Amino acid sequence: MKAFSELYTALDETTKTNAKVAALGHYFSVAPPEDAAWAVNFLIGRRPKRLLESRKLAQWAIEEADVQDWLFGECIHAVGDLAETIALLLPPAARSTNQPLHYWVEQRLLPMRDADDDTKRRWLVEGWREMDERQRFAWNKLITGEFRVGVSQNLVVRALAEASGVSAESIAHRLMGDWEPTAAFWKRLLARDAADEDTSRPYPFYLAYPLEGEVEDLGPIGDWQIEWKWDGIRAQLIRRGGRTFVWSRGEELITERFPELEGLGGRLPEGTVIDGEVLPWKDGAPLPFAQMQRRTGRKVLGARILAELPVVLVGFDLIEHEGRDVRESGLEWRRAQLEALAPPESALVLSPRVDVDSWDALRRLREESRERKVEGFMLKRKSSPYRVGRRRGDWWKWKIDPYSVDAVLIYAQPGSGRRASLFTDYTFGIWDAGKLVPFAKAYSGLTDEEIREVDAFVRRNTLEKHGPVHAVKQELVFELAFEGIQRSSRHRSGVAVRFPRIARWRHDKKAEEADSIDTIRALLG
Amino acid sequence: MPLLELTPDGLYCRAGDFHIDPWAPVARAMVTHAHADRARSGSAAYLTARPGVELVRSRVGDGAEVQPVEYGESVVLGDVQVSLHPAGHILGSAQIRIEHRGEVWVVAGDFNPAPDPTCTAFEPLRCHTFVTEGTFGLPIFRWTPEAELAADIHAWWRTNQEAGRASLLFADPLGKAQRVLARLDASIGPICADSAVEAFNAVYRANGIRLPATQSDAARGALILAPPGADRRAFGTVSTALVSGWMRIRGTRRRQSLDRGFALSDHADWPNLLAAIDATCAETVWVTHGFRGPLVHWLQEHGRRAVAIETRFGEAA
Repeated sequence: MKAFSELYTALDETTKTNAKVAALGHYFSVAPPEDAAWAVNFLIGRRPKRLLESRKLAQWAIEEADVQDWLFGECIHAVGDLAETIALLLPPAARSTNQPLHYWVEQRLLPMRDADDDTKRRWLVEGWREMDERQRFAWNKLITGEFRVGVSQNLVVRALAEASGVSAESIAHRLMGDWEPTAAFWKRLLARDAADEDTSRPYPFYLAYPLEGEVEDLGPIGDWQIEWKWDGIRAQLIRRGGRTFVWSRGEELITERFPELEGLGGRLPEGTVIDGEVLPWKDGAPLPFAQMQRRTGRKVLGARILAELPVVLVGFDLIEHEGRDVRESGLEWRRAQLEALAPPESALVLSPRVDVDSWDALRRLREESRERKVEGFMLKRKSSPYRVGRRRGDWWKWKIDPYSVDAVLIYAQPGSGRRASLFTDYTFGIWDAGKLVPFAKAYSGLTDEEIREVDAFVRRNTLEKHGPVHAVKQELVFELAFEGIQRSSRHRSGVAVRFPRIARWRHDKKAEEADSIDTIRALLG
Repeated sequence: MPLLELTPDGLYCRAGDFHIDPWAPVARAMVTHAHADRARSGSAAYLTARPGVELVRSRVGDGAEVQPVEYGESVVLGDVQVSLHPAGHILGSAQIRIEHRGEVWVVAGDFNPAPDPTCTAFEPLRCHTFVTEGTFGLPIFRWTPEAELAADIHAWWRTNQEAGRASLLFADPLGKAQRVLARLDASIGPICADSAVEAFNAVYRANGIRLPATQSDAARGALILAPPGADRRAFGTVSTALVSGWMRIRGTRRRQSLDRGFALSDHADWPNLLAAIDATCAETVWVTHGFRGPLVHWLQEHGRRAVAIETRFGEAA
């Protein structure tokens, strides 16, 4: 636990990638395998299922720290993070533990799931008493499962690759799918020639960067394969060992949610992995993505919903062919193989290629994106390999400009985590019959400097408090950008928008000049 | 009638006809210390503790009359007796004790009962009404012993030297910077001070406070003391850190993209704040700024009359 909490501190203390990789590399080189496996597990964001309700964790901390409930609440409010608040509030540490990470995880953390409250409490309190402040913090983070320390999976992969000499692609691949964090796993992870026996394992997704600069800078249009950018669930469909697996980009196994795709898998040759986008699709065209929520929200999929909202995989790449990893072959070749193996009349729709002979023609076509229910284009170099993670150069997304409206800040509340103790969560209103009605919430888009300014404004101009939510003087105007819009009976404005964010602060506008509900309704078409 | 009242200009003592740390120009201002939220320009006359005279003068301008008062010395103003007592916050910081027909009020200003080699130690005073700050009025604020923090700073400095980086340490140029400086081990390497910090260093040295030697050019392997706003790009490859009680909270450090934060403060932490209030035996406590609500709530729960008053202390002036 000592080495691990030092790693956590080291990662937390720098914003520099190289320093983080160095800290990880150092840890991986000294940690025993059974600790290192757990560290990787937590660092890439995997976490044990709910072990303990936060309410109980807080309650036992309150008792151990001997503070009043309300005072604990004030502290959380100031710190913005439960795990950290507890670490700061507990009585000063007298000791620090020498027990290794895997001891704490395997003997204390995981057994909590099945332990009764008294036992959980005893383990927690004993743990706190044996740990110093840093250890308590890391430990609390493990318990609450909010183990974010500014380390991406890519960074962990890079550090592991540098420490072991195994290629980053292999490491990334071995970290996909299901695995148990054990010493044996750790050895397999870093082995020079591990046979990858897990049949369900997906490949790391290759992600595109938003286009930078002008599309003409990409060179001759003939070098590029162009597809519409679909708004769905990015997924890999795997057919191996007579079984079908569908993985989302969030590395969730979602096969059961899409029986259509399970059926599709049965019609594919053994040893096939297709990359694509899962979309609700009917009569040869996509349905609005928002409809998908009606399916994903359900535990049981009845015949009716399946008939109303059928899904397809809009396939655009083939990454395993006849049991062979073909990521290094060019996209043009992969696409040809995909077309060749696509079964007719199936839930596999080949993502249409957009054939135009000039960038200008493409620019004009882009205007049709909204009607076509797509978000713009994907531009992929025909010769490109299928890479790992988000990379510049070969794949670009050229999205349509978002919608935008000018709205007024009406409510603010403090953020959490990094944004603790600052008002960073905002609700914006638009005019409706002479009053501002809540229209959208947005959390991001301002610079740190602007956040501080808004924070100061909120503190000086709070009119009313409803718990953590402050109603503020209706004065500040912001341009909000968002992707989609649709009618909603659950929202007071009557519309719901997708991915709202702050595009800029309109210092030049007064609240009266913000947009009204009529403007928004016009966008609905 | 209470000895002090809150007016639009600030805290006012009618019986003595003076303000304490007013935020608007007044006829006569008692100043607890020379931070910008307390010593504001524009008043006709100022009184402050002798070690802080020069500092206050630098804030309010050379033209104004700034009258020194010795710690412990009694001054009669109108119907009241006023005396200044060390607050332990920065050089010349004072608590203001006001006595009127046996009733005693103390305005603590900002204070710090923990040891600080750069100013006179905080003096506990008994009073009927205690006007306190609440900057760190939550139990999450508990300072690490200063020697341990100094060791952390030294370790950070040495690590940076090994990596060929300068150590850029941000600190409030008045008070915090000198407090850290006094603790630094000059045998590790050169210590540089930004001009804003050095200006205050000079005042401290002139008042007999011993500080390690500082230079103005950033030399190799140096630790550079600079105000928090300083441009880090001016110093080449650096590791950055800030000295502030707020560094106790991870979010405040991360938001500022700092490599390190050292939670050293010139304000009382929660245990010291409570102990100091307790030691006054005050029946009534006014809390002027900081975590006012929680501190007032806590004091009320513990049987004291406590009120939050709306001041402009703690604001950036």
